[in-house]
Amino acid sequence: MTSSGDDRAIRTNGLTRTFGAFTAVDHITFDVKPGEVFGFLGANGAGKTTAIRMLTGLLTPSSGEAWVAGHDVYRESELIKRDIGYMSQRFSLYDDLTVRENIRLYGGIYDLTRDQIRDRTERILSRLGLSDTAHDAVGALPLGWKQKLALSVALLHEPRIVFLDEPTSGVDPITRRQFWELIYEAAHAGTTVLVTTHYMDEAEYCDRISIMVAGRIAALGSPAELKRDAGASSIDEVFVRLVRPELAGGGGPAQ
Amino acid sequence: MSEAPVVVDDVVKRYGEVAAVDHVTAEVRHGELFGFIGPDGAGKTTLFRILTTLLLPDSGSARVLGRDVVTDLWALRREIGYMPGRFSLYPDLSVRENLDFFASVFGTTVAREYEHIAPIYSQLEEFNDRRAAALSGGMKQKLALCCALVHRPNILFLDEPTTGVDAVSRREFWELLARMRTSGLTIVVSTPYMDEANRCDRVALMQNGRILATDAPAAVAASFERTLLAVRSPDRYRVLLALRDYPHTQRVYPFGESLHLADDRAGIDAARASSEATAFLHDKGFTDARVEPTPPTIEDVFISRMSAVNAPVAAA
Repeated sequence: MTSSGDDRAIRTNGLTRTFGAFTAVDHITFDVKPGEVFGFLGANGAGKTTAIRMLTGLLTPSSGEAWVAGHDVYRESELIKRDIGYMSQRFSLYDDLTVRENIRLYGGIYDLTRDQIRDRTERILSRLGLSDTAHDAVGALPLGWKQKLALSVALLHEPRIVFLDEPTSGVDPITRRQFWELIYEAAHAGTTVLVTTHYMDEAEYCDRISIMVAGRIAALGSPAELKRDAGASSIDEVFVRLVRPELAGGGGPAQ
Repeated sequence: MSEAPVVVDDVVKRYGEVAAVDHVTAEVRHGELFGFIGPDGAGKTTLFRILTTLLLPDSGSARVLGRDVVTDLWALRREIGYMPGRFSLYPDLSVRENLDFFASVFGTTVAREYEHIAPIYSQLEEFNDRRAAALSGGMKQKLALCCALVHRPNILFLDEPTTGVDAVSRREFWELLARMRTSGLTIVVSTPYMDEANRCDRVALMQNGRILATDAPAAVAASFERTLLAVRSPDRYRVLLALRDYPHTQRVYPFGESLHLADDRAGIDAARASSEATAFLHDKGFTDARVEPTPPTIEDVFISRMSAVNAPVAAA
């Protein structure tokens, strides 16, 4: 296998991962275009995390193919790590370091020059309005600020693709939307975004989404297409119909 | 009718400089499914810990089932059921062992309470011998709920039972609560998901330790004080940026499949507001943008009240 020649940000073909007798990810095939905001949805335990670990070069697939930023996930996982950014709700920044120190640390990890780190630090501080708190420990920041900073840090080395794993979980409704504006900004600048979320309204913000059920991709398309195909009024409804059809009759949370 | 099952009067709890609960006053009625709705850091968990006698307030008072949470805690603990936000069962004990343990702590047995917990326990029974750690998220939740119910509490406190849970399990859990509510049990629940507010009889919206509004969900939604428009366009991001410069924008933000635009003119006719916003967007070249009035939701109210309370949020 060689690096794929095309410019798709992510391409998989029958990607599979088993753990003993259990198939966590079962022949998934999809691709993500450059600059696309791709929502990677699924029920708890559907295989999203396992798939993301394969795509970020952290876990070797059992079978199938995948290229991320043109690099083969089997043989070029170190190259993948240089070309991607990653953030999750659980781990993103070091609470005991200041805002500036966190940015500098990640800049160093990604081999940025001193000048690059300085310029990008100022850009982030001014964009997020954090200049006055640049010397505060990150642990003292409100969750929403921390998450916006974490996204900016994940984008610090200007990766081609950024993976966001439940980045807005527990974040207030205003900050959640500011966070999505940062996502749009990054996508308009050409960064590809793959994002997971349990907020179904956020699924509507994506260009395309996939919904995983029991290791497989059960639906793939733009939010409008998926709603039209399912005859549903919201992605929440599409999701429930796919994952638990017998529940779909009952009235769920509105929207 | 006796006193309301939860009466919170001007409760304050500080951690250093931060007021986690900042002069909260609230009341939960008999048999109500009452929701405290707010993001992380709103003070929901601190308030729940005070109401369940696990934390002392700095000032103010709270009574649950007619008992003071500070001076009458021992009697109260026998009467309340509490499901903490973090999974708090014994991971190395099996499903049945966890349940037996919680029953014995309250001087009862699973056999004696079987009828009471059966509606939920029946979904778990086939996993009786499985260690709690090995259960799926949804099953852990159900076991925790069984453990909180096994001593037949007169009131139930559920702290963020649906956080981090997928949309389907969330829906199942709320349907379970709706069924439990029909028995007359008072249920107090907290959640960061605004869309779950509609599942409650009444809600209190919380932010930074304070209550922004308390009412029935429909009444909270109806309290939105501006004309709200939904804007749809394939070029959502550029339309969003363009609307920031619209002279009548009070606030504009992504909302599900559309953008929500709050017109800053009090009492303006919705049709007129729509056509003016449409004209503005057409002038800017967004000829395929569609604007129409839309009913406000709890989340719109939350956004509006939040912005009013804290202009720039100070680092807490």
